Amino acid sequence: MNRIDQLFQQKPKEVLNIYFTAGFPQIGDTLTVLQALQDGGADMAEIGMPFSDPLADGPVIQDSSTRAIANGMKIAVLFDQLNGFRDKIRIPVVLMGYINPVLQYGVENFLRSCQEVGVDGLILPDLPMDEYETEYKPLFEKYGQHLIFLVTPETSESRIRKIDSLSRGFVYAVSSSSTTGKDKDMRLQESYFRKLQAMKLQNPVLVGFGIRDKATFQTACQFSNGAIIGSAFVKAIENSANLQETVQTFVRNIKQ
Amino acid sequence: MDIAINTSQSRYHVNEKGYYGEFGGAYIPEMLYPNVEELRENYLKIMREPAFQQEFEQLLRDYVGRPSPLYFASRLSEKYNTKIYLKREDLNHTGAHKVNNTIGQILLARRLGKKRIIAETGAGQHGVATATVCALMGLECIVYMGSVDIQRQAPNVARMKMLGATVVPATSGSKTLKDATNEAIRDWINNPVDTHYIIGSVVGPHPYPDMVARFQSVISEEIKKQLLEKTGKALPDYVIACVGGGSNAAGAFFHFTDDESVQLVAVEAAGKGVNSGFSAATSQLGKPGVIHASKTLLMQTDDGQIVEPHSISAGLDYPGVGPLHAHLYTSGRGKFLNATDDEALAAAYELSLLEGIIPALESAHALAKLKDLDLQPDDVTVVCLSGRGDKDLETYIKHLK
Ligand SMILES: Cc1ncc(COP(=O)(O)O)c(C=O)c1O
Repeated sequence: MNRIDQLFQQKPKEVLNIYFTAGFPQIGDTLTVLQALQDGGADMAEIGMPFSDPLADGPVIQDSSTRAIANGMKIAVLFDQLNGFRDKIRIPVVLMGYINPVLQYGVENFLRSCQEVGVDGLILPDLPMDEYETEYKPLFEKYGQHLIFLVTPETSESRIRKIDSLSRGFVYAVSSSSTTGKDKDMRLQESYFRKLQAMKLQNPVLVGFGIRDKATFQTACQFSNGAIIGSAFVKAIENSANLQETVQTFVRNIKQ
Repeated sequence: MDIAINTSQSRYHVNEKGYYGEFGGAYIPEMLYPNVEELRENYLKIMREPAFQQEFEQLLRDYVGRPSPLYFASRLSEKYNTKIYLKREDLNHTGAHKVNNTIGQILLARRLGKKRIIAETGAGQHGVATATVCALMGLECIVYMGSVDIQRQAPNVARMKMLGATVVPATSGSKTLKDATNEAIRDWINNPVDTHYIIGSVVGPHPYPDMVARFQSVISEEIKKQLLEKTGKALPDYVIACVGGGSNAAGAFFHFTDDESVQLVAVEAAGKGVNSGFSAATSQLGKPGVIHASKTLLMQTDDGQIVEPHSISAGLDYPGVGPLHAHLYTSGRGKFLNATDDEALAAAYELSLLEGIIPALESAHALAKLKDLDLQPDDVTVVCLSGRGDKDLETYIKHLK
């Protein structure tokens, strides 16, 4: 069974998923951060594959991406780093990124590498649903990779149903219509969260965008199976002198 | 004028899925879906409304000053021993072809009930054309512009401000057109309900490339009529246009794509030379990929990072090309050439001295290839003179020394 599905079976509430950019702050930090996330008590990790032109991201993740690329991070390097990581890491890991680098790596090669190293799923925000359905779905299934789609407050109910039927693992509910790292007030979106809850989707729902601390995490968890923290975490580790400690402290502050 | 609303039969036009051959589509994150979908569902419907067409036509005539002249450039023709006509988009209000598209899109935005307009700009011509129509309609206008371009196109920045627009510098990446486009898209993600994004070229997610091409198709519609009046033949032998994203070329080619006797010549910016590492010649340097939500040819590294382009001309300084041009290139229907910074400068001086017309640096790239086409005395060539050179005077003066 896919580790994401296992996780939600065992722990349907308050799942904490943390995003970080591969190869940031230093090229060799990817596994250090991953290990520290697990040790600190994160339930899942989302590793960002840096892209030069991340359209859906705000300044914090843009900057981390630029620095990671300058550090030499690329998909091939990331797979090298992840080779053998399952000896130590048991939490589910998803890769997040933009479609162009994946296309250049080759979609099937990419999915095969994901399976080989032990990645569980993917978030590719600019891969359209139609394209996935008509071109790529069988490949994702062949290599055991869950594809996680996004919904937003602006997504119609019929489209949410469609997205839920194509998503595997969980549905990523964007808290407000924004790029990453904006602190829009989530409480304004209560009706949207209630609507999602009432729809009883087949997939678990994780809320992301604008989750930055214990309070916002708990608000999100009232309406969902958990939440995703990105920009706030990236900012926290950016200038860390002791990465392991910074990461673990960050996670504990959310969970305790 | 029919703004090309019933002419989508050509195999060089977009198909119902938003593709030109293998290029195009809408690779958008979900946050953009409602906006793009609203546009996709409505653009043709609105463009077909008689009231819309009437308003569009009237503004193009009375406000923009269309039809723009098709001018027989006799001294230039003499120099190249052939027949050269200039399609004078430089004489449009605001000084370039860009306004054809902004008039169309502002009327569309109003019908969609949008209150706030955003745009990206490179040379500043599209920014000025957007600020202009926003002033005309009393709508708020925010223009994203790379900080490098804010420096090199200062007169246009001043014009936008005088027209009431807010100019926001884009400071990421190469700080040019690509980055301004990123910022505009991010703005749209953050303002999903009341905002319309007026893209300035035939780039971006479907339906933008098709919509912008249709608004610009008035260029070739007029060329056909004017050429028939002047020469007795509606079809030239060559149509030449510069290509950044490719909107003036799309407009100049639109009604000729199925006339295979007409050679369509697209001129990209070679910068300091195609292989110098400082170039924007996308068809030569690019591979298929996704930029600004469109699958097209794209300058990129082996691992799929977008490469920063270079051109002396801010309007051509873009690492991609509209999907319809990627299709014209790979299908062989279009001939893709490129001109260096130096060739463009020389061509700008040549046109100024021979015809008394100072062209935009972008348009000068198209003019620069007249020498390379082996034009025969009886050949009829139309060059799309996409804009005037006022905005580039500082660059021209610097190179005069
Ligand atoms: C005068 C002029 N010509 C051409 C261009 C390039 O745009 P496109 O390739 O969309 O025609 C610009 C863009 O700013 C311009 O100002």
